[in-house]
Amino acid sequence: MSTALDKLVAVVRGGGKVSETTPPTGRADVAFRWLTAACALLVILIMAGMVVELFYNSRLSLKEFGFGFLWSTDWNPVLQKFGAASSIYGTLVSTILAMVIAMPLGVLTALFLVELAPPGISKVVGAGVELLAAVPSIIFGMWGLFVFAPFMADHVQPFLQQWLGFLPLFRGAPLGIGMLPAGIILALMILPFITAVSRDVFAMVPSVVKESGYGMGSTTWEVTRKVTLRHGIRGIIGAGFLGLGRAIGETMAITFVIGNSHQLSASLFEPGNSIASTLANEFTEASEPMYLSALIELGLVLFFMTVIAQMIAHFWLNRVRRQMGDGL
Amino acid sequence: MIDEISEEIATKPVVSEHAGDEKIGVKISVKDLDFFYGSTQALYNNTLDIFGNRVTAIIGPSGCGKSTHIRVYNRIFELYRGQRVSGAVLMDGHDILSPDQDVIELRRKIGMIFQKPTPFPMTVFENVAYGLRLHYKVSKSELTGRVELALRDAALWEEVKDKQGEPGLALSGGQQQRLCIARAIAVEPEVLLMDEPTSAIDPLATAKIEELVEQLKSKYTIVIVTHNMQQAARISDYTAFFYQGKIIEFGRTKQIFTKPAKKQTEDYITGRFG
Repeated sequence: MSTALDKLVAVVRGGGKVSETTPPTGRADVAFRWLTAACALLVILIMAGMVVELFYNSRLSLKEFGFGFLWSTDWNPVLQKFGAASSIYGTLVSTILAMVIAMPLGVLTALFLVELAPPGISKVVGAGVELLAAVPSIIFGMWGLFVFAPFMADHVQPFLQQWLGFLPLFRGAPLGIGMLPAGIILALMILPFITAVSRDVFAMVPSVVKESGYGMGSTTWEVTRKVTLRHGIRGIIGAGFLGLGRAIGETMAITFVIGNSHQLSASLFEPGNSIASTLANEFTEASEPMYLSALIELGLVLFFMTVIAQMIAHFWLNRVRRQMGDGL
Repeated sequence: MIDEISEEIATKPVVSEHAGDEKIGVKISVKDLDFFYGSTQALYNNTLDIFGNRVTAIIGPSGCGKSTHIRVYNRIFELYRGQRVSGAVLMDGHDILSPDQDVIELRRKIGMIFQKPTPFPMTVFENVAYGLRLHYKVSKSELTGRVELALRDAALWEEVKDKQGEPGLALSGGQQQRLCIARAIAVEPEVLLMDEPTSAIDPLATAKIEELVEQLKSKYTIVIVTHNMQQAARISDYTAFFYQGKIIEFGRTKQIFTKPAKKQTEDYITGRFG
């Protein structure tokens, strides 16, 4: 640890690469260097602190249930039996649903705004998208529960059941609350992020590259699909994971509409729960140390899920870079 | 205003004077072309003949309308709102500016190379195959053959034959530009427009591209915009000198560079301005 710290100090003092070409001159430069380094270090410390705390405070549950915690569907505070499977499943399903809905919608909206819309309309729709990002999640939750869920129950779910009812996905009572509405609400919440980032990505594709596409005799559709979209693919993946990061941990809106029941069901109509919604719902009830510990372990699981998502994003982006070249 | 301008430039007589002593035909004939960016006029009364299988260089100081002029030939300017044109551009006698001109087919016939290399974010092979897939129904084996042919014609084959699966963007700048040329000639165009194709690449790669242009003119009609007068002198058969949106002088390159008819042309090529 001390050697690592020494190295860090050395880097900050001027042993790093940058300093070889631009040595800090004067006191202000040195002070600024330390200030920025301190800020960066703070991030690392906070992260490390969180991980340590999560591990430490979930030690009871970790010891009691081991890895079985991850695939057990038991969640019985009375019997002190805890398993995370239904929460993990709910988190994954609601996030995937949200991504499946929001990605195409966001990317297509962005393409429209950048490539096709007249400037006036682009501005208005763009502002609308940004406003959507500013809506607090509690509003989404309440709107979801009081407006969207009844609408789902009365119109959308019966319709889906009528036409696609043979699929296990659409079985069960059309309650209005459950996995499907949760996924849709989540999609609405991450849509502005995906759209805004995608829009910036498309706007950054050099016009001369698009012109080359048109110059070859391509239609707008062909240029968009084969040139613009490919050119921006890394940005789009980034936008997707930004949305995913938000969806995976979203709490308030989900808690309102997901139904909050510890059950694992293939049907998207059935109520379920997610890690975040379970935590929000049950933290105040957790009087027993084991109960509290299990909830904190849930938090730990969520933390690792986001870490895994980040890693997937990282590897994926690297792969795309290798396939398409660094010049993007 | 238009009358004033047509009085001070006399492109027409110059053109016809030289059209006569060429056995080959006129490929593109530009007549009374005006161009507007919104309400700003950028080209005035451009009249010019581009001869088939010859290299025509367009020279002139920055902002004189060189690029604007050739961007009319493939109607790429139409991508932008507020850019409009009047006059006629006849290619093989047919006005390509007429509304019934199929723009897609026009752009297959007229390839364009830009100031910066613009490989698409795909492999070397896919870059060259791009236009072939767009315009022709070709089998896999035929595609492979035609991609090789295009790469050979662009003098790139020897350098990339073993890395056709690598990203086009992984090539060097000069190679990327030749890749773009390969991509353009793969669809068997009739005309190649080059908009300062060597302005973003190093001298050695520039030399290769100039050599390539020399070879390509047996198959294609080439119009090249260039800032570099030595380049124009080296590789072109005809030169048009543009100034402030007007064609000041057009003629055989040799004549333009040795005894220009106009004082402005002389001032520019001797480096007195521009």
